[in-house]
Amino acid sequence: MCLAIPGRIVALGADSHNQAVVEVVGVRRKVDLGLLQEESIQPGDWVLIHVGFAMSKISESEAADQMRTLAILGESEAAIQEIRGYGLEDEKYSSNERGAGS
Amino acid sequence: MKYVDEFREPELISKAGEEIRRLADRTRHYRIMEVCGGHTHAIYRFGLKDLLPSNVELIHGPGCPVCVLPMGRIDDGLSVTANPDSIFAAFGDMMRVPGTHGSPLEYKARGMDVRIVYSPSDALKLARMNPEKQVMFFAIGFETTAPSTALTILRAKLEGIRNFSVFCNHVTIIPAIRAILDSPDMRLDGFVGPGHVSTVIGCRPYEWIAQDERKPVVVSGFEPLDILQSIVMLLRQLRRGEAKVENQYKRVVPWDGNRAALRAMAEVFELRPYFEWRGLGFISQSALKIRPAYAEWDAEQRFAVPGVRVTDPKAAQCGEVLKGVLKPSQCKLFGRECTPETPIGALMVSSEGSCAAHYNYQHHKPVTIANAVAL
Repeated sequence: MCLAIPGRIVALGADSHNQAVVEVVGVRRKVDLGLLQEESIQPGDWVLIHVGFAMSKISESEAADQMRTLAILGESEAAIQEIRGYGLEDEKYSSNERGAGS
Repeated sequence: MKYVDEFREPELISKAGEEIRRLADRTRHYRIMEVCGGHTHAIYRFGLKDLLPSNVELIHGPGCPVCVLPMGRIDDGLSVTANPDSIFAAFGDMMRVPGTHGSPLEYKARGMDVRIVYSPSDALKLARMNPEKQVMFFAIGFETTAPSTALTILRAKLEGIRNFSVFCNHVTIIPAIRAILDSPDMRLDGFVGPGHVSTVIGCRPYEWIAQDERKPVVVSGFEPLDILQSIVMLLRQLRRGEAKVENQYKRVVPWDGNRAALRAMAEVFELRPYFEWRGLGFISQSALKIRPAYAEWDAEQRFAVPGVRVTDPKAAQCGEVLKGVLKPSQCKLFGRECTPETPIGALMVSSEGSCAAHYNYQHHKPVTIANAVAL
């Protein structure tokens, strides 16, 4: 329920709907940046994601910390499953694809 | 970057354990509540209890949103599935939670359209994809999750999506802590404060606990070392006779929280006069409802919701366990009638519930720190 998953922004959405493509261990999905309106978010930044929304901007080392936290809590699988589930799995972004709107 | 499977600095964990034993006054018994279900899960998973002296007791708090939701709300939410045009969407955590006539998963097995979503925005997407259906998102969660629901409702309004609604069960953590502190059978010395809730609300909302109730609060991360360090910080304060709010999880939690998230919540939600919590009863101003300006997306306004109240099974002692008065194994049903496979109380359903955590880790301790670290 309270998973916070670290992901790297790979592309910002072209429209004004605060969408971005994030990558989490090779899986790319769209997330919503609406809760980070007061931050300046650029491709390459790291964020913590909860239920499809980026909640906070973090550093790369904090992202690594959070990855390890999930791993030692035994929640890496659940985290990847959640990321894969975003977008109802009908939009696939392979790691080789460029993100939408970049 | 890869997931790695190792503890952060095992020698520090060992040192934190030593420091806790040094700080704890042997003539006192400390009762420390971890508010958050994520912390409860971590404490059991790592057998952190084994690292604490016997006079430092951890009490598991109400911070599992699935666990505190009364059965009547599940019945009310599921009542919408009687409408043949409806789609009931919820997070996976909700799917096995029993209502009077079965869990959402059992409703699905009986042919109702029940879908798992991982994000409220995907429930909205279901509504876009199924314009002939009424999509209802069964929203649960504390302040960590409520802002995402708020933004989703704002988006539905912006896009004029009218076949989407939210059955709002969002709750707020502060009134629950107040109810626990007001409970006559409760004596606590301090709190391990929730991590991700605090990324949204920040640390200030806990200040009354320190100032008025004279109990220290340390907002904590989720790793074993984080939790042990937080206990060290609490014991240090108690030893000095202090009571203040400290932030152990600075790498993620800003002192003032997330203003954009708080603004979205304030725009869409208002406080309910009261809300029922499983095990704790009715707590005033403890939950969020959708403001009249967004009534069109409020499932409780759109559908005739029966307003079911179900008393918890008498034999189950969820309330006492939730308040920390009883340990999970002291409940009469624990591990017999009530197991993770056949849960009677909600504390047995979610992995963040103290009963499920206790049950899952009492027989096999896969990664106890006590084994991993030479003490």
